[in-house]
Amino acid sequence: MTGPATVRPTTIDPEAAARAVARLAAATRAALADLVLTMADDEFVSGFTDSEWTGIAPVLEEDVAMSSISQDELGHARALYELLAAIADDGRDADAIAYDRSPAQYRHAALLDRARGDWADTIARRFLYELADEARLASIGDGFAPLAELVAKLRREERYHRMHAVAWLGRLAEGGTEARRRLEAALAALGSDAASVFAPLAGEAELLDAGILSRSLASAEAAWRADLTTILVPLGLALPPQESGAPAVPRIARIGASRMRHGEAFDWLHSQFTMVRRTDPEAIW
Amino acid sequence: MTSVLEAGPAVTREAIIDVLGEVPDPEIPNVSVVELGMIGKVEIESHGRGIRVELLPTFVGCPAIEVIREAIAHRLEAFGVRVRVDVSFATPWSSDRISPAGREKLRGSGFAPPAWVASGRPLPMLEMPLAGSSTTSALDLDGPVSCPFCGSKRTSLQSAFGPTLCRMVWHCAECRQPFEAFKPV
Repeated sequence: MTGPATVRPTTIDPEAAARAVARLAAATRAALADLVLTMADDEFVSGFTDSEWTGIAPVLEEDVAMSSISQDELGHARALYELLAAIADDGRDADAIAYDRSPAQYRHAALLDRARGDWADTIARRFLYELADEARLASIGDGFAPLAELVAKLRREERYHRMHAVAWLGRLAEGGTEARRRLEAALAALGSDAASVFAPLAGEAELLDAGILSRSLASAEAAWRADLTTILVPLGLALPPQESGAPAVPRIARIGASRMRHGEAFDWLHSQFTMVRRTDPEAIW
Repeated sequence: MTSVLEAGPAVTREAIIDVLGEVPDPEIPNVSVVELGMIGKVEIESHGRGIRVELLPTFVGCPAIEVIREAIAHRLEAFGVRVRVDVSFATPWSSDRISPAGREKLRGSGFAPPAWVASGRPLPMLEMPLAGSSTTSALDLDGPVSCPFCGSKRTSLQSAFGPTLCRMVWHCAECRQPFEAFKPV
């Protein structure tokens, strides 16, 4: 049985990517694949979850905004999956990586492993994620040019997402009893998962050595907490709890264990976003 | 002019740019990809036997990238040489790349050209209006966006997100029209 036809990447130059990959040591390449997979899955799952607002957002402008933001995130995921396909070079194209995995094989952060929830849940989740994503993107060094170049472009676009999330956080926080109660409950429910974007990668030392990361994920998390503080404290909102002591699960996996646990909400989302692919695996858009 | 190879026109940088100037943006057809600043490096390879063009996407998630790339490749076939169109982020596209002619054509199509992203300044705005909010927008841009219909600067941002990734929605208090402006990125 032949699989679906592989599709030429849209957003990367596969030959330039292959040349850059060839210069990497094997361990660095494996670590880079892990990093790009986590970044891509975060954008992908976040984009699909938030696209659930299309048609039913509280006001028309937000319907358009959430659709636009989701389209951005899915586009970012596409570019990252295409890059990952070049790094892994295992015959899978971006669509195969994006759609042909079982739910357990996705590596998005626990923060994003949530049902869409109500508007306050969405704003709380988006706020924590957008600021975390910004801190992570700011941690990408120039050690692997195709990723560094893409990230420079992503950061220009993500500014609008941050602006949107921060504006809505403030509006809900100061928008009366009901809005504030829901926002506080949403932030509390995300709780300790808030920092899961920064779950350790086993290959982090290689990535730092190669300059692919310019600072550790722990440093990125510290920068994120400082950023959160400047926004949450003036609004009288609580900061997410800091992880105390050793992680509950030993770090035997290459990618932090918190990225491996998925709940029912993700099983449902997965059934939705793989539907077309399952119906006709050979379809080309 | 005659080519030393086939019947196609001579492969010069100027000739290539001229041809690319006929490739429209799929959504705003009176503006070309050259005027939008989407063309990066143009390289003539192997003594005129190949052309390589860098395409700089406006937004990473733009669904028109593939359509534009095919349109460019198709137009360049007129030269009768090998053609490569590579998407590149080595030079990240910025709305400042839109040419003066491109900005005028956008205005003519009813889209306000983007505010300038002054180099070295933090990009755009710290405060965004939300639908139904009475607060006026405080944009950290070089100046207000002019209404493409009446030219008034009595305009306000309605939403930073519009019908496509690269556009936002404004309102003109003078002629009381909503209008779209390109996002400064």
